[in-house]
Amino acid sequence: MPDATAPYTHPLVEVNDLHVRFVSREATVHAVNGVSFSARRGEVLCILGESGSGKTVTMRTLLRLLPRAARIEGQVLVDGRDVLAMSAKELRDLRGRFAAMVFQEPMTALDPVYTIGQQIGETVRRHTGCDRRAARARALEMLDLVRVPSAARRLDAYPHELSGGLRQRAMIAMALSCDPRLLLADEPTTALDATVQVQVLILLRRLQRELGMGMIFVTHDLGVASEIADTIAVMYAGRIVEVGPVAQVLRAPLHPYTAGLLASTVHGQPRERDIDAIRGSPPDMRRLSQGCSFAPRCPQRVAACLTMVPEPRFPSPGRMAACRAVMNSAGNGGNTPLSAP
Amino acid sequence: MIALSPPLDPRDRGGPLQPMLIARDLRKHFPVKGARGKSVQAVDGVSFTVRKGETLGIVGESGCGKTTLARLLLHLVVPDAGELIFDGDAVSAPDGLSVNALRRQVQMVFQDSYSSLNPRMPIRDTVAFGPFIQGRKKPEARDIARDILGKVGLDPDLFGPRYPHELSGGQKQRVNIARALATGPRMVILDEPVSALDKSVEAQVLNLLRALKRQLNLTYVFISHDLNVVRYISDRVLVMYLGRVVELGPVEAIFSYPRHPYTRALLASRPSMDPARRIDEPPITGDPPSPIDPPAGCRFHTRCPFAEPLCETASPALDLWQGPQSHIAACHMLDPNSGHSRATNA
Repeated sequence: MPDATAPYTHPLVEVNDLHVRFVSREATVHAVNGVSFSARRGEVLCILGESGSGKTVTMRTLLRLLPRAARIEGQVLVDGRDVLAMSAKELRDLRGRFAAMVFQEPMTALDPVYTIGQQIGETVRRHTGCDRRAARARALEMLDLVRVPSAARRLDAYPHELSGGLRQRAMIAMALSCDPRLLLADEPTTALDATVQVQVLILLRRLQRELGMGMIFVTHDLGVASEIADTIAVMYAGRIVEVGPVAQVLRAPLHPYTAGLLASTVHGQPRERDIDAIRGSPPDMRRLSQGCSFAPRCPQRVAACLTMVPEPRFPSPGRMAACRAVMNSAGNGGNTPLSAP
Repeated sequence: MIALSPPLDPRDRGGPLQPMLIARDLRKHFPVKGARGKSVQAVDGVSFTVRKGETLGIVGESGCGKTTLARLLLHLVVPDAGELIFDGDAVSAPDGLSVNALRRQVQMVFQDSYSSLNPRMPIRDTVAFGPFIQGRKKPEARDIARDILGKVGLDPDLFGPRYPHELSGGQKQRVNIARALATGPRMVILDEPVSALDKSVEAQVLNLLRALKRQLNLTYVFISHDLNVVRYISDRVLVMYLGRVVELGPVEAIFSYPRHPYTRALLASRPSMDPARRIDEPPITGDPPSPIDPPAGCRFHTRCPFAEPLCETASPALDLWQGPQSHIAACHMLDPNSGHSRATNA
């Protein structure tokens, strides 16, 4: 609940104290450990985190796209409806209609034995019940919308006949074909070349604005987040450690992890000096410590960090950081006031 | 401890001015199955030198041939044509350096840190394997492995007995670096060594690579698609597009005064890291074309905003334009006599 400023009666997405564990005979992986956030209509929320931080699992939970071994606890509301209580049919109606998803690897997310046109058309027919001809017309319209050149010809192409950038555009076209209000994008540009990545980012930003969708965008790349996000939520070890408007978070990060990530991302540091890298390695999600998960690597650690998970602090409107070193805004404190980084 | 000037390596034959490696007109085409006469022109006439003690960065998008080029430098794939000269000796020539002798002095670190380690071997054996194969006695090879594991920041007692699956990505990449260094190479080819790593770990590995280079007096060829990383670590940068070199020069010249339109587009495609200065127009459109049947003439002409009929037919030579400090670029616009309408600006 880092964000309490939503103007609607219910936010587009609201997640409260979400826990996701993957239980197997050998071990239990604590992928998500008490995540709460909300996403507003017409806004881009970026979930930023490194591999294993739980960012993808959090997003997939919104559509319940998780394997059977997943144990989900908490509350997940999409458009005010409880996703965790939905029946299989309700889920099918939700997926692709109200909320659609763009995956990282278009080559594996698209079906290799159907043409692009058939795959987009299938989604349209499933949700609107229109006939094949109308679905095909809609597919063509969508390919034009995502600026696939010579779209009419590409409609009958199989995924392997397209370049990486065009495949990703085709997947975006499919996701948008039923006019979703919420677009979930899981590292959609990571597999693309630099010159293509920027094209897809610009496209997504333009479509999101023009169609007025809410978008949740998962990435590990601060540069990508800075190009697309309105709000940024930084995840570490299955928890959200910082939330805020993207410009503020990048300019003045509050959580030591965010600051460390910013410092260790190579972007024009002087060549003579070492990069200010975060020490150590990410925690083992099978054996999480009881305190702040970042504490073992944190340069500002105090004894209490190792024993207690820090409560979220709200130092200024719209900003949250789960760190003992961050002070609440005036009259809201009470905890050990350490200097903010 | 104060680092003194590095002791002269007894294997150094040509002296400091002899380039470590000269690649001349290297070419590798892979035939395409089921399509007679067609081939992937992975590397098509690439020439450059690697100076002793420098880091040469190689950048380019997927399919531009940078990995094939790396493999050619070690004869992991045999070139169709062209010449490799290592410290003055022609590689695999009758009176030159044998491939085995080359690999004693040049080693490689691969991108995928997991698949490049033997899953059934504890890492101390993996690291000791190279020296052992090259004729060291087993205990001696083990001592080398212990020493080098310590150098890459892995406690040999703690990590030596472990298997690759017990290590994190960053630790595995450290093992790969140790494995490459165990044979005491003078030059290391790093093929996207940090791209599979998380940012916080990437920074650690980059710091490690820089420290090892100083400590062991190494020469690096650093291949990456990440321009920010290349700028940080390289002394000179080579830009590839579809199997050819389009620009080569000192790192500051490439990043501050890029001359080839492709280099400019690559640089402009980097995310800004500043939400107030977002990129609004893509610097170039479309995807890189397939290296099977690449465009004739200048290979970039299909995506170049300044392409003219000339560019579709005439292939610009790399040394068409030569700037200060051996900065070279292959673009007709830089040649006043080419006939390109923008050529006068050069």
